[in-house]
Amino acid sequence: MLLDDLPVLPVILPLIAAPVCLLLPNNKLSGSFATVVAWGAFILSVMLLQQIATGGAAEYALGGWASPLGIVYRIDLAGAIVMSLVSLMAAVTLPYAIESIRAEINGYQISAFFAMFLICFAGLMGVVATGDAFNVFVFLEISSLSTYTLVALGAKRDRRALTAAFTYLVLGTIGATFFVIGLGLLYQVTGTLNMLDINEQMQGQDNKVVRAGYAFIVTGIALKLAMFPLHRWLPDAYTYAPSAVTAFLASTSTKVAIYAMLRFLFTVFGFSFGFADVAFTFFLILGLIGMFYASTVAIFREDVKMILAYSSVAQIGYMLLGISFATVDGVGAALVHVVQHAVMKSALFMAVGAVFFAVGSHRLSAYKGLAKKMPITTAAFLIGGLSLIGVPLTGGFISKWVLIQAAFGSVQPVPTLLIVLMIVASSLLAVAYVGRIAWTMLLEDPDNNAPVKAVPLGMTIPMLLMAGLTLYLGIDAGGLIELCRAAAESLLGTGLGFGSAS
Amino acid sequence: MAALFSLLSPETAMLVSMVVPVLGLCAVALLDRQPNLREAASLITGAVTLYCTLTVFIAVGAGERPTVEIVEMLPGLSLRLAAEPLGALFALIASGLWIVNTVYSIGYMRGHGAKAQTRFYMAFCAAISAALGIAYAGNLLTFFLFYEALTVSTFPLVTHERNGAARAGGRVYLGILMGTSIGLLLPAVIWIYGLTGTTDFVLGGILGELVQNMPVVFAILLSLSVWGTAKAALMPFHPWLPNAMVAPTPVSAFLHAVAVVKAGVFGVLKISLYTFGASNIAASGMSDVILYVAAFSILAASLIAMTQDNLKARLAYSTVSQLSYVTLAAMLATRYGILGGGTQIAAHALGKMTLFMCAGAIATAHHLKYISDMRGLGRIMPYTFAAYIIGACSIIGLPPLAGTWPKFFLMLGSAETGDLILIAVLIISSLLNIVYLLPPAVRAFMDPVPEGMDDSRIQEAPAAALVPAWVTAVGCLVLFFLMGDLVRYLEPLVEGL
Repeated sequence: MLLDDLPVLPVILPLIAAPVCLLLPNNKLSGSFATVVAWGAFILSVMLLQQIATGGAAEYALGGWASPLGIVYRIDLAGAIVMSLVSLMAAVTLPYAIESIRAEINGYQISAFFAMFLICFAGLMGVVATGDAFNVFVFLEISSLSTYTLVALGAKRDRRALTAAFTYLVLGTIGATFFVIGLGLLYQVTGTLNMLDINEQMQGQDNKVVRAGYAFIVTGIALKLAMFPLHRWLPDAYTYAPSAVTAFLASTSTKVAIYAMLRFLFTVFGFSFGFADVAFTFFLILGLIGMFYASTVAIFREDVKMILAYSSVAQIGYMLLGISFATVDGVGAALVHVVQHAVMKSALFMAVGAVFFAVGSHRLSAYKGLAKKMPITTAAFLIGGLSLIGVPLTGGFISKWVLIQAAFGSVQPVPTLLIVLMIVASSLLAVAYVGRIAWTMLLEDPDNNAPVKAVPLGMTIPMLLMAGLTLYLGIDAGGLIELCRAAAESLLGTGLGFGSAS
Repeated sequence: MAALFSLLSPETAMLVSMVVPVLGLCAVALLDRQPNLREAASLITGAVTLYCTLTVFIAVGAGERPTVEIVEMLPGLSLRLAAEPLGALFALIASGLWIVNTVYSIGYMRGHGAKAQTRFYMAFCAAISAALGIAYAGNLLTFFLFYEALTVSTFPLVTHERNGAARAGGRVYLGILMGTSIGLLLPAVIWIYGLTGTTDFVLGGILGELVQNMPVVFAILLSLSVWGTAKAALMPFHPWLPNAMVAPTPVSAFLHAVAVVKAGVFGVLKISLYTFGASNIAASGMSDVILYVAAFSILAASLIAMTQDNLKARLAYSTVSQLSYVTLAAMLATRYGILGGGTQIAAHALGKMTLFMCAGAIATAHHLKYISDMRGLGRIMPYTFAAYIIGACSIIGLPPLAGTWPKFFLMLGSAETGDLILIAVLIISSLLNIVYLLPPAVRAFMDPVPEGMDDSRIQEAPAAALVPAWVTAVGCLVLFFLMGDLVRYLEPLVEGL
């Protein structure tokens, strides 16, 4: 039965489809094909999410080889949420990419672009789906390697994309190396690579090898998710990548890394591992510093894409903060923010891409008086921007609400009220950097009155869809919050329990 | 009469009163090229909205408490509307004066040949919808939401002129209002939700024994709420108000005498009564601190007002001073204190609106902004300055004008707590009001007409700018006599005190 294979389908579908993209006779066709595949993966992921929400975590042994010997996919509720999110982003970004990418890269690269995009997509889905620690590494590298290529494709427009991709490559590889060293150490101790099995074998072990493994793995993933001060690769990569790539990466790759982090912290190591507290303290402090540092830097950048990239680093701080509370509410809040931030950031980067399409620049100076020339794009940008600030009726408000509430409900080395005030103060920094862009768009007079190039519907519709979703998730967020809470419960629950849960 | 206002159920009327301005906004946008129809759309919107708020007002007066749940935003936390006497009163004032102000805007904006009038009326529609949302908010979350919506929707009005001064003023406006609401009010709301599991407005408060058990937390929450509602312009978060005076005068008249500032003081009063509870506030030491900050605001703002030569700036500082009366009332938390706060919202709205509209009429007819240029102008614009005097006397608190009663109640309230300093502050403030509000009018009538100005005939502002000023001036007079009814209407707020 096809439905029995549901856990594996959203991963292998794009993986198999990727080479087909290269074989298709023309660019338009390969773009449309990739879009159909992404929508297919999205529908499958949602079906999977529904199944897991009612029936609990799904397991799938590849080739029928049972764990711990074979590679087993194990998708819990949080994983299903992230998979649905990633596939939604791919499904929405691909139609956008068909239009936007033509103006940004060479014609002969386009079918390769779609192939790379699908491989990256498959890699991200695989990281989430797999229950095998080494398999996580494999998928992480599949997605990372394709990402380096995708970023480098921005070189036709701006040669700095090459250095950005190279920096990302070096740092990403260091992260992956750290990760795999950590896995090696754990394998040394436990003799297994299945996540649940590692957890089982490690019960009661707390020695230097395990601790070193823990440190290597956490640092490795922290590099991939751009935790301050390991965020160095992110701003350049986001700024110089093609618009569609940025929109997709900003809303997925760091989110998937966050999920991988959650998985290792809670499912593999768990609370019984005493050393875990160290990481939480680090997340708390680095999360808070990251929020401030990145938001402050964002205020002083002159490139809108760069501003939004730094804002992403700051927003990752919020997610780490939620995780650092190590409570169901805190992790739930982090997951809520993963979803909300992915949606708002993709709307924002799509708007930036639309402006680039029309005006040919993402410098702040090119945004002067844009409200009159591109009212729809401006509206979408403002919705995303207000959501970054956390204005009510947008998704960002919901994130902040649940995060602050989680802070009040947790016990911290830093006084709770101080944490709350810092969350709030960093929102005010967001007012400054979003306000600066909004100000330029709305109130400054344009340098010239030359009409701008019309943005095709293929770009406008996905952008409006994401902006609309930002609003929808800001008004009717009850379902999302409950889902994320349940996901957090199951994540923290497996960390406390023994062996395979189902 | 009663039959006329029972066509809609009060629940429906609440929703309709907020939806109609949004439809009006769309109509205004569509009628961009037909100014007459566009203004007609604004007026019809105003009339329907007023009808709805009157329906709610009457129903609440009859003891009903209509409640509507719109959507569940967070688990167990809905977007909720619930009308009670204070909110119904604020909604009625806002929507009633909105019509007056629309008429006035038409006169003013056309008289000035202002640009981008469509955007102006659209923003006005959005603002009234947000103000009514604040009035009818059934919980803190809903209140916060519409409070932010009001800030955002009035921003285009404040920066309407699009010049350097407007941008600078707008930056301060947005910075202070958003900074305080996100920085102070929002944490308070979430904290209260965390402590109690609800944010509903319940008379007597929802915090239970908090003031006894955790007095420090109570004090922090109260401070966050009062200063977080910076639309009430309690010092030191008042500078947005004088800065917002760069806006066209109708905006100043409506937003900074009625909608925005009244939303602020209404919020302070409502949160005090319905979240903290009057008896809890009286028991908390923090309320005394805020009380004296408010008293300081009253005097300091009056003193600053005396130094201003720009008439609108003077009125703005006068507003800062008068708003602190309501904050003071909320912190007194006695029977007469609260009645004084509630009636001050109504009385000050009428009085200050008159003054602003007179200032605007002078600007429309003679393009004069500075008080020193207005000497002798009373002979040329007698009707305008007569209305000005009525408004000024009402603010000062002279009978038979509406402003008399709030001061009377506040003094009674202060006497109830036995605080002689507060009584002294109120008396000094009234005296200061006389000093800074009356001289412009007195000089306008007494001084000779400046050279080069023709005083052989009266040169008044257009009727559309003058009549609304007189409507509110007469309103000041009428409200003086209707105060008994108003107090009876607000009586449920102070039951048991």
